[in-house]
Amino acid sequence: MNWDRLFDIPSDLQHSWLGLVGLHLREALLPVLAGLLISLPLAQLCVRFRWLYPPVLWVTTILYAIPSLAFFVLLIDYTGQTELTVMIPLTVYSLVVLVPAIVDGVRSVPQETLAAATAMGFGPVRRYVQVQLPIAVPAIIAGLRVATVSSISLVSIGSIIGNQGALGNLINDANIYNRPELAVNAVLSMALLALLADGALVVVRLVLTPWMPRRVTRTKTSAKASSRTMTKEVW
Amino acid sequence: MNLFHFIDAFFSDGAHWHGYDGIPTRLAEHLGYTLEALGLAVLIGLPVGLVTGHYGRGGNALSLVATAWRALPTFGLLVLLTLLYGFGLINVMVPLVVLAVPPILVTTYEAMRSVDPSPVDAARGMGMSEAGVLFQVELPAALPLVLSGIRSGAIQIVSTATIAAYVGLGGLGRFIIDGLYQRDYEKVVGGATLVAGMALATLAVFWAVGRVAVSAGVRRSA
Repeated sequence: MNWDRLFDIPSDLQHSWLGLVGLHLREALLPVLAGLLISLPLAQLCVRFRWLYPPVLWVTTILYAIPSLAFFVLLIDYTGQTELTVMIPLTVYSLVVLVPAIVDGVRSVPQETLAAATAMGFGPVRRYVQVQLPIAVPAIIAGLRVATVSSISLVSIGSIIGNQGALGNLINDANIYNRPELAVNAVLSMALLALLADGALVVVRLVLTPWMPRRVTRTKTSAKASSRTMTKEVW
Repeated sequence: MNLFHFIDAFFSDGAHWHGYDGIPTRLAEHLGYTLEALGLAVLIGLPVGLVTGHYGRGGNALSLVATAWRALPTFGLLVLLTLLYGFGLINVMVPLVVLAVPPILVTTYEAMRSVDPSPVDAARGMGMSEAGVLFQVELPAALPLVLSGIRSGAIQIVSTATIAAYVGLGGLGRFIIDGLYQRDYEKVVGGATLVAGMALATLAVFWAVGRVAVSAGVRRSA
């Protein structure tokens, strides 16, 4: 272990440490964003048509069970050894967390609240955007936190299919150049990124839900539970 | 020349079906890693989750630890341990267990917390001991969720055990890693198909266990 060379990034990666961090964030966060964009309408369909929810849950669970390395490798035939090959599976994986989170969040809106909104003359679209989504924010953010943290960790597997792992490529280099300090750098950098992204999402939730009690909720279910108690207190 | 062509070519080649690098050997190795890591993870996660969930203490600390653990990249941990301590199975087991403990622990805790409190109070009122309340009332009611936690841990282990091949061990990852280095795409796709199949088989096993182990009354109300 040569601590002086912790940030001495081998030139084959063609990036500085910060460059790798930027690359890593892009490869990890774009899929979560894409997943959110897919799961919002999908979840709304599942809320609207109840029979659709169990099959959607099953399909996402089965897709989630496909190992990332296998998924990457099977995609190489279509999208080559590119960033896209890493980002498509990550998008698919995020659905298994995001869809139930949004469905639970939207369903937790009390019937009388919806009735009140309708009575005030809200149409279905406005009711969704201004009443249901804001109340579902804590549950959605809780889902986003899990999806983001696991996405940041999974990007590193991309290095096995040929230099598409951003900070994960440092792990590969640590192995081939026998420089363990690079693996330490990669592990700590990724853990730090994950914790920072997690913290950023907590801040986003605090900003978006000023009516919530100022208590940090750590888990999905406690966020769900507090979103329910929250609606009870407010309405 | 599409995916299914490669899959078909891999599985119909008789040479892939025996020997130290055959499909049965690699499957058995993969299953071995998975069961050992899952056993260790359950041994750590389940008791802690059950006890903390029963007493309802330490939930925030638990989920904090779980988030931090989840943030640790398994692949990096694996390579780092191998570089520091050399070739060996323990360097694979540590990251796999670290990977699987958080879902098992957190889901068990949440499952125990979400048990309807009235039967628990009734059991206590009838004079049941704490252990009796835990194992005869809370655990059966929480079992579906507890199993789903172990299931996600198991699936993550099955998926991730493939990277054991990256540091020179066996398992189904051998086909993928060797195939990538040998530019033998047929082997890569075959290995990937086997891993995906094993993950789906794990889903099926847990579904079956749930049918058998979860009491009919709990299943109906769930």
